[in-house]
Amino acid sequence: MNYLLGAFKPACNVLITFNDGKNRKQVPFKKENGQTVTVPLFQSQENIAGKVTIEPMQGKKIDHNGVKVELLGQIEMYFDRGNFYDFTSLVRELDVPGEIYERKTYPFEFSTVEMPYETYNGVNVRLRYVLKVTINRGYAGSIIEYQDFVVRNYSPPPSINNSIKMEVGIEDCLHIEFEYNKSKYHLKDVIIGKIYFLLVRIKIKNMDLEIRRRESTGSGTNTHVETETLAKFELMDGAPVRGESIPIRLFLSPYELTPTHRNINNKFSVKYFLNLVLVDEEDRRYFKQQEITMYRLQESS
Amino acid sequence: MILADGIDDEDKWLAEGIAGVQHHAFFMHRALDDNNLRDALKYSALMLSELRTSRLSPHKYYELYMRAFDELRRLELFFKDESRHGIPVFDLYELVQHAGNILPRLYLLCTVGSVYLRCKDAPVKDVLKDLVEMCRAVQHPVRGLFLRSYLAQISKDKLPDIGSEYEGEGDSGNVMDAVEFVLQNFMEMNKLWVRLQHQVGKNLHILSQIEGVDLEIYKDTVLPSVLEQVVNCKDDLAQFYLMECIIQVFPDEYHLQTLETLLGAYPQLQSTVDIKTILSQLMDRLSNYAASNAEVLPEFLQVEAFTKLSTAIGRVIEAQADIPIVGAISLHVSLLTFTLRVHPDRLDYVDQVLGSCVKKLSGKPKLDNRATKQVVALLSAPLDKYNDIVTALTLSNYPRVMDHLDNQTNKVMAMLIIQSIMKNNTLISTADKVEVLFELIKGLITDLDDTTLDEVDEEDFSEEQNSVARLIHMLHNNDPEEMFKIICSVKKHIMRGGPRRLPFTVPSLIFSALRLVRQLQGQDGDVVGEEVPTTPKKIFQLLNEIIEALSSVSCPELALRLYLQCAEAANDCDLEPVAYEFFTEAFVLYEEEIADSKAQVTAIHLIVGTLQRMNVFGVENRDTLTHKATGYSAKLLKKPDQCRAVYACSHLFWVDDQDGIKDGERVLLCLKRALRIANAAQQMANVARGSSGPVTLFVEILNKYIYYFEKGNPQITSATIQGLIELITTEIQGDSTSALPASDPFFTSTLRYIQFQKQKGGILGEKYESIKV
Repeated sequence: MNYLLGAFKPACNVLITFNDGKNRKQVPFKKENGQTVTVPLFQSQENIAGKVTIEPMQGKKIDHNGVKVELLGQIEMYFDRGNFYDFTSLVRELDVPGEIYERKTYPFEFSTVEMPYETYNGVNVRLRYVLKVTINRGYAGSIIEYQDFVVRNYSPPPSINNSIKMEVGIEDCLHIEFEYNKSKYHLKDVIIGKIYFLLVRIKIKNMDLEIRRRESTGSGTNTHVETETLAKFELMDGAPVRGESIPIRLFLSPYELTPTHRNINNKFSVKYFLNLVLVDEEDRRYFKQQEITMYRLQESS
Repeated sequence: MILADGIDDEDKWLAEGIAGVQHHAFFMHRALDDNNLRDALKYSALMLSELRTSRLSPHKYYELYMRAFDELRRLELFFKDESRHGIPVFDLYELVQHAGNILPRLYLLCTVGSVYLRCKDAPVKDVLKDLVEMCRAVQHPVRGLFLRSYLAQISKDKLPDIGSEYEGEGDSGNVMDAVEFVLQNFMEMNKLWVRLQHQVGKNLHILSQIEGVDLEIYKDTVLPSVLEQVVNCKDDLAQFYLMECIIQVFPDEYHLQTLETLLGAYPQLQSTVDIKTILSQLMDRLSNYAASNAEVLPEFLQVEAFTKLSTAIGRVIEAQADIPIVGAISLHVSLLTFTLRVHPDRLDYVDQVLGSCVKKLSGKPKLDNRATKQVVALLSAPLDKYNDIVTALTLSNYPRVMDHLDNQTNKVMAMLIIQSIMKNNTLISTADKVEVLFELIKGLITDLDDTTLDEVDEEDFSEEQNSVARLIHMLHNNDPEEMFKIICSVKKHIMRGGPRRLPFTVPSLIFSALRLVRQLQGQDGDVVGEEVPTTPKKIFQLLNEIIEALSSVSCPELALRLYLQCAEAANDCDLEPVAYEFFTEAFVLYEEEIADSKAQVTAIHLIVGTLQRMNVFGVENRDTLTHKATGYSAKLLKKPDQCRAVYACSHLFWVDDQDGIKDGERVLLCLKRALRIANAAQQMANVARGSSGPVTLFVEILNKYIYYFEKGNPQITSATIQGLIELITTEIQGDSTSALPASDPFFTSTLRYIQFQKQKGGILGEKYESIKV
């Protein structure tokens, strides 16, 4: 066994480092195998520069047909696992064909890289950015090394941000008016609002506000929609009477939210909804769902 | 037994709750000892979740709450010491609001709020305002009350009262903010408290379901003690609610048997309690009970339900002097409904209810809409029940109630009454009833003081008056004496109707009277020699007066027709002077009032038709009248009208009866005159239009000739007919527009008739033999 393992031991170590790796913010990143690692965080239009170090195993040399580094932006659908769709692909040739005998370092730089989409890890789809180093070898198979990094893009506060206000009801049974202070929230925002009871003829037990995420992937008949309830927040306990007004204050920071993604590269969308649910004493549910837009606000710190 | 079980269960649930609090408090203490904020929040929230139970009565819930309250004191101490958890109180205030369940979240918020108030980092009034507002989220009465009492507890020593260390400079809070905070919390607690009372009602419900509570126990124990509670609580909301509960949850027969006790409690209630609603509910229930089961009726009588209810209502209205009129009336409606359902045979009860209503209404200003509706309901109820207005007519207070309605409603009510009569085909058979009835519907009979004409919708008006007209036919009695009285009474009323109503109502009355005339005429033989107060003569006098009234309101055509009808009736009664009088009136009308030429034509034909059938006249009278009629005929405006009227007059001299007048000469005179006029008409047409037009008039006259020829008028011979036929044929041929005789179908048919008679043979055939066609 040892003998065999030795035979398949990689011929070299490949190390990818970033130039500003020490100062750059690191964020946790969940890899395919389920492990969480910390990786550097970038945003669009940034320079991505670093070094690739190739160190052959002791006493071995590497015969190669060239070395290159690629920056890839990929979308992977889980029903089509292993098949990546590259929406961004940049390449730098690092070395002409030849032989490597000892540790060798290649600097590289991708300047002002367009990375319009954010890294996203969903139920049925993920979007990732990765640096890929390839040492091309004709016979023994190429040596490939990956380095993931995360991209997050920030938006300024929207210039128009209307409140959501609506009167809904079931005739002669229940009429309520609810209001959320905004229609667009940033990820650490607070939802403020109120529910006003205009008519109550049913015995309400309690009322919840849910945050729901709807991820839709594919297009046309192959559209697949997955809805998750990310938060279930009780707003009211007991049966209100006509004329009562119930406050809403929901802090978004405890929940793992992403910005709203609309039709990313024709592959997927992620939308957020506030679902107001009233439950009566017979456990019947009355609900009204409203879309809200999530965005990432530049953190001041 | 059920009750006992309930108590046992509650103890069990309380024990479980306390155990839960202790369990989570244990882990909370550990977290506090470790200064572990995260776990402290987690376990305190779990502990507070025990307070979410709905199973405990307020009393037991209090025990549970006190346990949690003690634990929260320790948590507050931990929150206060920032060095132990390292989080500024502002962030802590946000952090506790992440809790998913509302009740733990708000208890934690109040706890942090206490620390927040004490450290004075934020304006005291803002924090207080936020806390009291956020607590709205708990609407469950028991849980909400305890949460708010917790809020009151933690904030009471931190209010920005005057002289307190929390009284801030400027905006941070002053005594007004303190007052506002406490008031708001008080108001919210009070609302919850009121709702909690509703829970109390549930106890009554349970009580009613306990098998063991039979009538005896209810009467002797349950009701008196419940009522005592109700009366003693002296809270109007609670009293109203509890009385309502008592009525709704206990069985009807209990109420019936304890009516006195129950009603006795009413005057003792607070004056602001809405007693009328409660009383109405009680009566509705009882009447439903009576309606659903006929066997229970004797019980109602036995306990004198009506008298008791009636007295109770009287007392309630008396006790609440400012009770709105609509309330008082709706009480009466309920009582009336009750009476009608339970004692349909007791009209005196019904009248009594109406009477007390009148008493209430009198001296009141105009009724508003709602009150009016109630009065209509009050008045409709007996109509619906008895399906027979005659019953309502015996209620002396009925019209007195109606007097209180405004004109419009009064009319609607009157229509309802008439419709009820029509629907049920009720005959009103005495003059007294007729009087009452007309008193009831007087809104339709005369203009009530303030209605001006243009306010009235034309269609509605006709419908109303047509209804009155139909109604008159329902007023009938086979006894002529009574019937005459009825007619006199109706006459008296409808004569006040004014020009717009008379044309609708008079014809009905006339025909109703004529019917009586015919009836008397039929009995003529039997009553000879006896003294008969009601004679046709008397009726005719009456009729004359009535029609006179009609002709004076510019309805001459209608009046003329009615005169002729009367004349005919008089003819049948063999009353020559009367018939002559009617004819005279008709002629006078014709001369003086009927100016329109079309109306004249119609009138002439009516006159001639009627006159022809008259056989009562002596020679002289008849001559005068026929002379007049022919005279009018010849003076009509249009020639064709003249011609037709004149040949119609020929019938005045030939009555095809056994002993009718048969004056062939004058018939021929008329026909000849008609021919002359037809000729003149033809010539005029020629001059005016260039063509003489059809020969219709001639053919019509020819037909008259043929009629008299067949009837054996000696003056009409086959030669005259032959001559006429030839004349017509020449006329037709002379007329360029219609070259063929066949083009006038009337003429052709006439000729074919002659042909047919000839072929048929017999006496007539022989007569026709000499005519060539």
